[in-house]
Amino acid sequence: MVSSSFNPRQLAGFFAQAAPAVITIGLVLVAWELYANHSGVKPTVLPAPSRVFEQAMLNRDALLDNAIPTMRATLIGFACSLSAAFALSMLVDFFQPLRRALFPVFIVSQTLPLVAIAPLVVLWFGFGLTPKIMLVALVTFFPMLVALVQGYEATEVEIGQMLRAMGAGRWRVFMLARLPSALPYFFAGLKISITYAVVGAIFAEYAGAAKGLGIYMLNAKNNFRPDLVLAAVGVSAALTLVLFGLTALLQRLAMPWEQAAGRQAAGKGPQA
Amino acid sequence: MSRLELRHMRKAFGGLEVLADISLRVDAGEFVSILGPSGAGKSTLFQLLTGAEHGEGEMFFDGAPLDDHGRHFAFMPQRDALMPWRRILDNTTLGLEVQGVGRKEARTRVAPLFAEFGLAGFERHFPAQLSGGMRQRAALLRTVVQERDMLLLDEPFGALDALTRAAMQRWLEQMWRHHRWTAMLITHDVREAVFLSDRIYVLSARPAHVVREIKVPLPRPRDPTSTATRQAGALEAEILDILLNLQPSKGHDHD
Ligand SMILES: Nc1ncnc2c1ncn2[C@@H]1O[C@H](COP(=O)(O)OP(=O)(O)OP(=O)(O)O)[C@@H](O)[C@H]1O
Ligand SMILES: [Mg+2]
Repeated sequence: MVSSSFNPRQLAGFFAQAAPAVITIGLVLVAWELYANHSGVKPTVLPAPSRVFEQAMLNRDALLDNAIPTMRATLIGFACSLSAAFALSMLVDFFQPLRRALFPVFIVSQTLPLVAIAPLVVLWFGFGLTPKIMLVALVTFFPMLVALVQGYEATEVEIGQMLRAMGAGRWRVFMLARLPSALPYFFAGLKISITYAVVGAIFAEYAGAAKGLGIYMLNAKNNFRPDLVLAAVGVSAALTLVLFGLTALLQRLAMPWEQAAGRQAAGKGPQA
Repeated sequence: MSRLELRHMRKAFGGLEVLADISLRVDAGEFVSILGPSGAGKSTLFQLLTGAEHGEGEMFFDGAPLDDHGRHFAFMPQRDALMPWRRILDNTTLGLEVQGVGRKEARTRVAPLFAEFGLAGFERHFPAQLSGGMRQRAALLRTVVQERDMLLLDEPFGALDALTRAAMQRWLEQMWRHHRWTAMLITHDVREAVFLSDRIYVLSARPAHVVREIKVPLPRPRDPTSTATRQAGALEAEILDILLNLQPSKGHDHD
């Protein structure tokens, strides 16, 4: 009755879903390749995708070497912001006045231009991991907090009333109803934030770092190697996609009832 | 002594007077319906009983002032309030879990009732995989296994199609005969109220007061095909007449 998340039919469905995106990207690459080869534009200005790929392969050790710190900063920063957002979302849920006190501050934090903040944070905290983590946390914290708080609010009023009538206190109501109700919102926020997180980490490295995709891009640009800049961009895109995919997978595992509902909608559920 | 007795209950939300003066009683083992127009304040009455809201007036349970609300009532809200993320089995054990019964123990207590509630084989399904009627039965099962002194059912069949609804009413009447729960049912459906109840309170439009108390003398089991149905038809017509003749209440006959 409980089907695994990975049966062949679902896998085929996944590829069918991905096909349009793959075709689009393929077409863009082909057009780009043709333009770069036949328009007379210099490879130092616009390298063809084949050249980018070739150079990426040649420099794969350096790329990997730089991708790892970026990944580390992304994940640690994201974990920090997630824990903070979770803790604070609970506080805000239990003490509503806090919301009015804190939200304006967070909103302002989201309006800070990263271009200006990143060099400052690096200036204050050095070229190590700390400023990267902080910047990743800064860009992802608020979306996660809002997602969670909204999710709690989305709890069906009747469920709350019923639990109270059963004798549940606020904590029980939170654990039994408000937290699970927030899951769809949580994952929606997670998918958006995880993509911001990678960008945030690269931005921080761009402003100064010992190692990382951001500083790699900056150096490649300064050496007039747009092919290597683009190779690094490709790596960061791949990282983002992997993280996004993992999030989607996690969501499937954490919310099996969503798929059950989907199967029902497709007319394969029980009729009674 | 009545199981539940309300004396002159009033409730206002801010300036909105919802319950003007509600006095009623429910005896042990009795099935009582509250019938009234939409927005009259019927659900609000249940909120006073479960302690979700507080009003003025007196409430007694078994002769003692009603204080510890959670202890006496098993409440089924107007929508089924099944948790989409819990399987049906775990939805039905919810009340027991809140009472502190262990998960395993709660499951073994609930499991034998699945057949009687027409849910056998659906223990591991999610609510989204069930039909409307099954969801209502699951919600009812979740309510009765709490083994409280009294059931509060807020329009349990309000969202169902006519056919499923009629089937559910027959089923509930059967179940009630078997278990003899003390129950209070909110409905707008005159036929449903007559079919299920021992007594009916008809409420006015907001601000609500009791317009009429009606005994339902029909014998049980209530067989919709029996000769008694003719008598039921007359009673239904009478109640419908009362409801239709309710003034769009301007707060008359209460001070
Ligand atoms: N928490 C609340 N705050 C303010 N007003 C409320 C609240 N709960 C209910 N009301 C108001 O009280 C009135 C009665 O609501 P209630 O839900 O009790 O009606 P009802 O008789 O159950 O209606 P229905 O048959 O449509 O379910 C409505 O006008 C509603 O807007
Ligand atoms: Mg209601």
